[in-house]
This record gives sequence, structure tokens and C-alpha cells, in this order.
Amino acid sequence: MMVARVIGTVVASRKDAGLGASALLLVQPLGTDGKAAGKPIVAVDSVGSGVGEQVFYVKGREAALPFLPAEVPTDAAIVGIVDHWNLS
Amino acid sequence: MILGRVVGTVVATRKDERLVGAKLLIVRTVDPYGKDEANHLVAVDTVDAGLNDRVLVVSGSSARMAQGLKDTPVDAAIVGVVDELEIEKR
Repeated sequence: MMVARVIGTVVASRKDAGLGASALLLVQPLGTDGKAAGKPIVAVDSVGSGVGEQVFYVKGREAALPFLPAEVPTDAAIVGIVDHWNLS
Repeated sequence: MILGRVVGTVVATRKDERLVGAKLLIVRTVDPYGKDEANHLVAVDTVDAGLNDRVLVVSGSSARMAQGLKDTPVDAAIVGVVDELEIEKR
């Protein structure tokens, strides 16, 4: 899983039925310094997060699991909102 | 999922039988601001995307979760056509 910041929303009216009403959010992965690291990707939200929030997301086949038993065709899903984090 | 732009089509007569009837498109990856990137990939279209459409591409084994792609040898699928993308100011 990776920590990221939600930086935007994606609207797509023509989409796979499995994506249904789930929110599609643009997330920017963050490095340990809290700064952007790598390219933004589009993730399906499973926890009700919003733009500006820090979240963590899961990639790959497991990204579909939060939505079971629905079959959601996604390779990235937001699975938690970060309250705070620290590095020692 | 990544963002891309449809830039072409692929026609293949001889292919895996589970891909018969699948629409194969060439997608160029783009950044959220709409700028083209260097990468291209071939993806199966499940939402009737057209040339120049900005699309959502799901990759890896998750691509097989798209409609009609169960048990097909596919690692990239177009699952949405982007109408609008709202992004916070940098």
C-alpha cells in the first residue's frame, strides 16, 4: 500500500458497469518527505475520501477486494484516510 | 488506473480464440493535465471508446474483471471514457 494525496476527481459517464457509482479520484503518491513522488493515478474510492485528504491505497488485483461481492474492474483502490503518520 | 488517449486501432486476424470479437485499441498515456507521455499500449476496449477519447485504462490481472473479459488473456482494458477531470491547483 502507498500513501497519497487526493488531488482531483474524474467524471466518466460511459464506463464499465462494475464501476457503478463509485467515486473515481486522482491520487498523487507521496514520498516519505510528504512530497509528490511519481505519477498521479486514478483510484476507486471505498472509504468516502475527498480532494485534499491524505489516504492510502492498494494496487493490483487486490484493489477489487474492498468492493466484494461486486466485481469492480480496478487496479487501484483507496482503502483508508490517513489521520497522521510519523517516521522515527 | 491510468489515463490515456486513444491514438489507433489494432487489427489481428490470427489471435487467441478468446480474443475473437475483442476491440483492440492503441492508447498513449497522458498526464492529468492532458499532456501526452511517451508510452503506448494495446488495450481491449469494453466501453466503445473512439479515436482521441481520453480513457481510463486498468492494467494487470484486474483487467480481466471488466465486462466480458473473464478468463481472457488480457492485461490492459479500457473501462471508462473521461468526460471531465477536475484537479486542484498546484
